[in-house]
Amino acid sequence: MQKDTRARLIKDGAIWGFIVLELIFFSVAGHFLSLSENAFMDLENMLLLLKQSAPIGIIALGMTMVMINGNIDLSVGAIFALSAVVMLDSMGWAVFAPLGDWVIPISWALALLTGMALGAINGLIVWKTGVDAFIVTLGSMLGFRGLVFMYNGEQPTFHLNWTMVDMAQASVFGLQTPSLVLIACTAIVWWILNKTIHGRNVYAVGDNREAAVNAGIRVGPHMMINFVIIGFLAALSSVVFYSASGSVNPNDGMLYELWVITAVVLGGTKLTGGKGSVIATFGGVIAIQLLRKGLGHIGADTAMVSLVIGSILIVVLYLDKQLNRKGAEDLKL
Amino acid sequence: MTDQDRKPALRLEGIVKTFPGVRALDGVSLSVMPGEVHALMGENGAGKSTLMKVLGGLHQPNEGRIFIGDEPVVMGSPMDAKAKGVVFIHQELSLAEELSVAENIYLGQLPRKSFGRVDWTRLHADSDAILKRLNCGFGSGAIVGELSIANMQMVEIARALTVDAKAVIFDEPTASLTDAEKVVLFEVIADLRKQGVGIVYISHRMEEIFRISDRISVLRDGAYRGTLKTAETDEDEVTRLMIGRSLDLSRNAEHVELGDVALEVRGLSCGKLFHDVSFDLRAGEVLGFYGLVGAGRTEIAETLFGLRTPTAGKILLKGREVTIHSPMDAIAHGLSLVPEDRKSQGLILGMNCRDNITLPQVDDLTAGPFVSDGAEIAIFDQYRDRLDIKTPSWRQLVGNLSGGNQQKIVIGKWLSMRPEVLIVDEPTRGIDVGSKSEIHNLIRELAKSGYAVIVISSEMPEVLRVSDRVAAMYSGKLMRIFTADEVTEDNLVQAISGLSENSRVA
Ligand SMILES: Nc1ncnc2c1ncn2[C@@H]1O[C@H](COP(=O)(O)OP(=O)(O)OP(=O)(O)O)[C@@H](O)[C@H]1O
Ligand SMILES: [Mg+2]
Repeated sequence: MQKDTRARLIKDGAIWGFIVLELIFFSVAGHFLSLSENAFMDLENMLLLLKQSAPIGIIALGMTMVMINGNIDLSVGAIFALSAVVMLDSMGWAVFAPLGDWVIPISWALALLTGMALGAINGLIVWKTGVDAFIVTLGSMLGFRGLVFMYNGEQPTFHLNWTMVDMAQASVFGLQTPSLVLIACTAIVWWILNKTIHGRNVYAVGDNREAAVNAGIRVGPHMMINFVIIGFLAALSSVVFYSASGSVNPNDGMLYELWVITAVVLGGTKLTGGKGSVIATFGGVIAIQLLRKGLGHIGADTAMVSLVIGSILIVVLYLDKQLNRKGAEDLKL
Repeated sequence: MTDQDRKPALRLEGIVKTFPGVRALDGVSLSVMPGEVHALMGENGAGKSTLMKVLGGLHQPNEGRIFIGDEPVVMGSPMDAKAKGVVFIHQELSLAEELSVAENIYLGQLPRKSFGRVDWTRLHADSDAILKRLNCGFGSGAIVGELSIANMQMVEIARALTVDAKAVIFDEPTASLTDAEKVVLFEVIADLRKQGVGIVYISHRMEEIFRISDRISVLRDGAYRGTLKTAETDEDEVTRLMIGRSLDLSRNAEHVELGDVALEVRGLSCGKLFHDVSFDLRAGEVLGFYGLVGAGRTEIAETLFGLRTPTAGKILLKGREVTIHSPMDAIAHGLSLVPEDRKSQGLILGMNCRDNITLPQVDDLTAGPFVSDGAEIAIFDQYRDRLDIKTPSWRQLVGNLSGGNQQKIVIGKWLSMRPEVLIVDEPTRGIDVGSKSEIHNLIRELAKSGYAVIVISSEMPEVLRVSDRVAAMYSGKLMRIFTADEVTEDNLVQAISGLSENSRVA
């Protein structure tokens, strides 16, 4: 039992160890290879990194919940884009013109509602049809993206509002709005997963669905709630990002689902559900962003970055499998 | 007894339940008095679990009514049933292994605080109180996946104590309990009964039924066959009601010509699991391994089968030393294992019966580039008849079979491999008395036709009945090997409790 607990601790801490390794590697390698004079690990750079992690990170929190529950959501990138379109477009609607800057909260709310509604659609289909979430959200990924294109064709949707940009770039103790939102959401999702009945049932359902059903847990509503939450978080991520940039291309958010899932898996959430933690997901998000930034710092291009991250993911999953074995006494599979 | 006491706590009336191709329950009625232990018996697939699932809100009956007290009720869901005071302890473990013991005990009914928060203090206090009542050696914070199977079973049983139950259903609760834990379970049952709770107790083990039950109801092929008062009946009458004939329950008396040594084990060890185990096994011989749950018997089997890596010792097959790295190696060397935990190790629940039986030899059953359907079905038919497997057709998914019939599929699967050394781990756990003796006969027959067989069992009558020699294990050590003439119940019990360690005769 002692040994089990130790293995558990090693695994739960692994992602942080990995981050430390990355920091050391890039600081040292950067010293020799980097073209810029700046050190990799200065405070400003790290704060920027946190901010850049936010769009993927906020969604990854929701993905953690969905995956612990035993599902997956591939439509987050499309929800991200569609919410942005709704937000930026609604700011220019004539009905809202008399409101002046008060349109901002209204548009935000509309975007968030959009995300929740799209999530609810996913959840409802998964619940009522019993079709695998992978298939359902694969479909809605294509469908929602179609809606984005129907809105404005290939054209970008834009609306620049300086008050909104100021809000999006406000900062407390050097942490900009996106970073603050990411941290706050991590805390809230952690609370939901660990302290609420819904959260614990999410684990139970993902761990052993039959047992959950036997115990009278209503599986469908829990899955539904999680899809609404991830829809909300995808929209929130979009609100935070586009409030600053003010312009969305119909292709924005593509492949986000893959980055998000990679971060969640790096953080140690089980693909089959039942196990995972948002804190570790937070670590996974940071680790990925560090890699992207660090590799850029030492002069690698984006193709190289994808290759490296892909390889690391496979290595991590392999190591995880090894760590799960308890040595010679253990059953082989 | 006053009239008040006579009112059943629970009554089922004319329950009919059909599945595609199966009429699992055909107008079954049953009543359970408050404070009564009502045993439910019947062959594998007779419909016992199905009846209880109807009662527990997991299945909706096609016809029939359920009464709690005088009130007709509809059990719409497991939640519903629990709220009405019916608690169901399942035949298969029904646990979320990554979660804590406390969360599993209160699964589906975690205590609630404001904002939908879990009341952890209360949860752990309540769970610890229950665990204490059950004399469990672990706390409510332990992770269920790290417990032994027996302890997991105790967590299941703990669920019976979470609500103010009117009726508690135990579906084969003792299948994986040690004797010490069994005693605790029976105490809990006695306790519940004193509080006026009606208890339905399903088991295939006669000695338990006669020890704790007040009445015995028997199901056969989904139909109700009658209820007997335990005090006024005997094993034979119950057996006849169940399977329509009597059984021969004598000890193994025949002596088979033994062949060459098929398997030799020398000083085999695996970490802390077992230490310095040596024995020989001849062709034509059945060697029984008896001991308490956790004595290391299963681990030896798993090591021989290549599932664990030994830390010391040698394994010789037909005089040649072999290293077995994987089950594939083992099968290639003619060694097979029928595992103890059928659900996770022996079966693919989502596959049909035929494919499960022919799985390990599917490579050999080819017709051109394809798997030969005919050959597969022929093998399936043979073992279905031989083991009396109840299934509407080979197309049925194994997950839909009754617990005991699933076990028969696992056994059929390995028998069909015609191995030279066959290890069977708890071959009759959860199997009805009729098929049990069928499986015993089969094991004897296998030996007679030249196989070397190892039988691991926690049931003394079983070991005595099938084995030529009995190896007694105690906490990872092989205490002694008895021949059929030497062995008595007394010296066997002594050996497996570690008492005869000094007077060891090797
Ligand atoms: N979900 C299902 N779908 C189809 N058939 C089923 C299903 N559940 C049970 N059955 C069938 O109903 C019959 C009764 O099964 P049940 O599990 O009640 O038997 P049992 O008496 O509990 O047997 P055992 O002693 O082996 O546990 C069996 O023939 C089984 O194959
Ligand atoms: Mg059953």
